[in-house]
Amino acid sequence: MAPKKRQFRPATLVAMLVLLAFSLFTLAPFYFMLVSSFKPGAEMIRNGINVNLQPEIMSLQNYGALFTGKEGIYLHWYKNSVMITFFQTVVSIFLSAMVGYALAVYRFRGRNLIFVCVLVVMMVPIEILILPLYQLIVSIRLIDTYAGVILPFAVPPVAVFFFRQFAVGLPKDLIDAGRIDGCSEFGIYFRIMMPIMKPAFGAMTILQAMFSWNSVVWPLIALRSDENMTLPIGLASLMTPYGNNYDMLMSGAVLSVIPIIIVFFCNQKAFISGLTVGAIKE
Amino acid sequence: MKKSLWRSLLNSPKAVPYFFVAPFVLSFLLFYLYPFIATIQMSFQRIAGFGDVTFIGWSNYGRLLNEHFFNALRTTSQYTFWTILVLVPLPILLAVLVNHKRVRFTGFFKSALFIPALTSVIVAGIFFRYSFGEQATTLANAVTGLFGMKPITWLQIKGPAMFALVLLCTWRWLGVNMVYFLSGLQGISQELYEAAEIDGAGAWDRFRCITLPGLKPVIIYVITISVYGGFSMFAESYAFWKTATPGDIGMTIVSYIYQMGFNNFDMGFASAIGITLVILVMLVNLIQLTCFGFFKKDSD
Repeated sequence: MAPKKRQFRPATLVAMLVLLAFSLFTLAPFYFMLVSSFKPGAEMIRNGINVNLQPEIMSLQNYGALFTGKEGIYLHWYKNSVMITFFQTVVSIFLSAMVGYALAVYRFRGRNLIFVCVLVVMMVPIEILILPLYQLIVSIRLIDTYAGVILPFAVPPVAVFFFRQFAVGLPKDLIDAGRIDGCSEFGIYFRIMMPIMKPAFGAMTILQAMFSWNSVVWPLIALRSDENMTLPIGLASLMTPYGNNYDMLMSGAVLSVIPIIIVFFCNQKAFISGLTVGAIKE
Repeated sequence: MKKSLWRSLLNSPKAVPYFFVAPFVLSFLLFYLYPFIATIQMSFQRIAGFGDVTFIGWSNYGRLLNEHFFNALRTTSQYTFWTILVLVPLPILLAVLVNHKRVRFTGFFKSALFIPALTSVIVAGIFFRYSFGEQATTLANAVTGLFGMKPITWLQIKGPAMFALVLLCTWRWLGVNMVYFLSGLQGISQELYEAAEIDGAGAWDRFRCITLPGLKPVIIYVITISVYGGFSMFAESYAFWKTATPGDIGMTIVSYIYQMGFNNFDMGFASAIGITLVILVMLVNLIQLTCFGFFKKDSD
C-alpha cells in the first residue's frame, strides 16, 4: 500500500483516550508511592488522597529510617534478595536450558515421559507441595538458608518448556556438522548451540529474575529469621495488626521496584518474547 | 581404561541426552513427585509431630465439611470468576486498540500497561492496603466520598474486600494478558480483514467473525492460567490481611492450607485441603476446556 497521509478520525482519538485512561490507572500508584515515600507517615494517614508535591514536608527521612531502623535490617533484606535472585536465575537458566535443548534435539528413550512430566508439573499448583517441601528442607537442614529457597526451584518446568519450544526451531544441520568435525556432544551444545540460543537466554533470564525477585510463598516458609528474609517478606513483616509503618513501607516499596523497572526498560523485547512463547504455539 | 569409557559415554549421542536431562529428573523426583506422593499420604494421617503419625483413613477429608473451608472455597471461586470476567475482555479490548494501525504512542501504552506486572504482590498489596484503609481520608474513601458516600471499612466487609482483591489483580495482570492477546492478534492474517472490508463488513462484524475466532487459542490459554492462578491465590490475601482474617474475610484455599499447616501444625488436614485443591483445579479446567471444544480433533 502506498503511504497515505495520516487522517484524523474521531475513532482513533477515542481509542487513544481509552488507552491513556488505562495507562493512568496503571501508572498512578507508582506516582502515589513515590510522592508518599517522601512524606511523614502521620501525613499519609491524615490525608490519603493528597498526592501533591509538598516540598515543605517532604524529606528523605523515611529512607533514612529504613536503613538505620532495626539495625539497618533493610540492607540485609536487599542483599538477601539480590543474592537469591542472582543464584536462582543463573542456576535455573543454566540447568533448564540444557534440559529443554535435549528434549528438543535428541531422540532418546523416556523423552516423551519426561516432557509429559514437565507439562504436568506446570499444571499442579505448587502451593500444595509446600508442606512436604518444608519438612524436606528442615530434614536436610537447609531451612533459613539461601540454598533452601533456591534448590526446590532450581529447574523450573516453565523454563524447561520455554527452552524446549525455542530449541525445536534450531538448525539441526549444525549438530551434524559439529559431529563430523569431531566435536563432542557437550562441545556442540556449549560452543555451537548455546550462542544461537542467546535470545532465549536473554528472555528467560529476565523473566526468571523477575519471578525470583518477587516470589512470596516459598521464601515466606523457607526463611525464618528476621535478617534472612527477602525484600517482599521483610516488607510484609512491617505490616502488623497494630498499625503499619507506612513511612518505611512506602520507601521500601519504591526501592524494591526501581531495579526491576530499570531492567525492564533495557530489555523490553526480551520480556515480551519470554512471556508469549507458551501462549501462541500449539 | 575407565577414563576412556567415561569419555566415550560423554561423546555418545545415545548417552549424552541423559546427562542433559538429569537435573530435571532429579529435581522432579525430589521436589515434585516425592512431595506430591507425601501430600497424598499425609492427607490420610494424623500428624502430631515428627514420628508421631497415625493412619486415620478419610477422616481428614471428612473434616473439610466445615464453615471455614466453605468460606475459603467461596472466596476463591468468586475471585477466580471475577478475575476471568475482567481480565479476558478488557485486555482483548486494549490489545485491539494498541494494535490498530492509526493509534500512535503504542510503545508508551504497552510499557505503561505492563509495568505493574514487575512489582511484587507485596509491594502492590502495600499500596492497595494503604489506599483501601479505614480512615475517611484514604484514597478509596476519598473517591467514593466524591459521590457522597460514607467512608467504608473496605477490607472488613466481604463485597468491598473482593472488589479490592480483584482490582489489585486487574492492576497487576492487565498488561500481561494484553501482551498475550497482542501476540495472538499478530498471528491473524491481514488478508482476512481486507477481504472482509471489501465484502462490506463493519468493524464489529470483523471483530466478531475474524478477531475473536483467531484469538480463541490465546483465550483458552489465558482462562486456563487464570483458573490456576485464581484457585491458588494466596499472596494477595496475605498482603491485605496476613493470616488474621476475622470472619474469614480474604480466606482462600491456600491461606487455609497455610494456616492449618504452619499455624496449627495440623499437617494431615492441610494436606487433605491441598489434594482437594488439585482435584478442583483440574476439574474446573477440564470443564472449561471441554466447553471450548479443546478436546475435539477437528477444532482447527
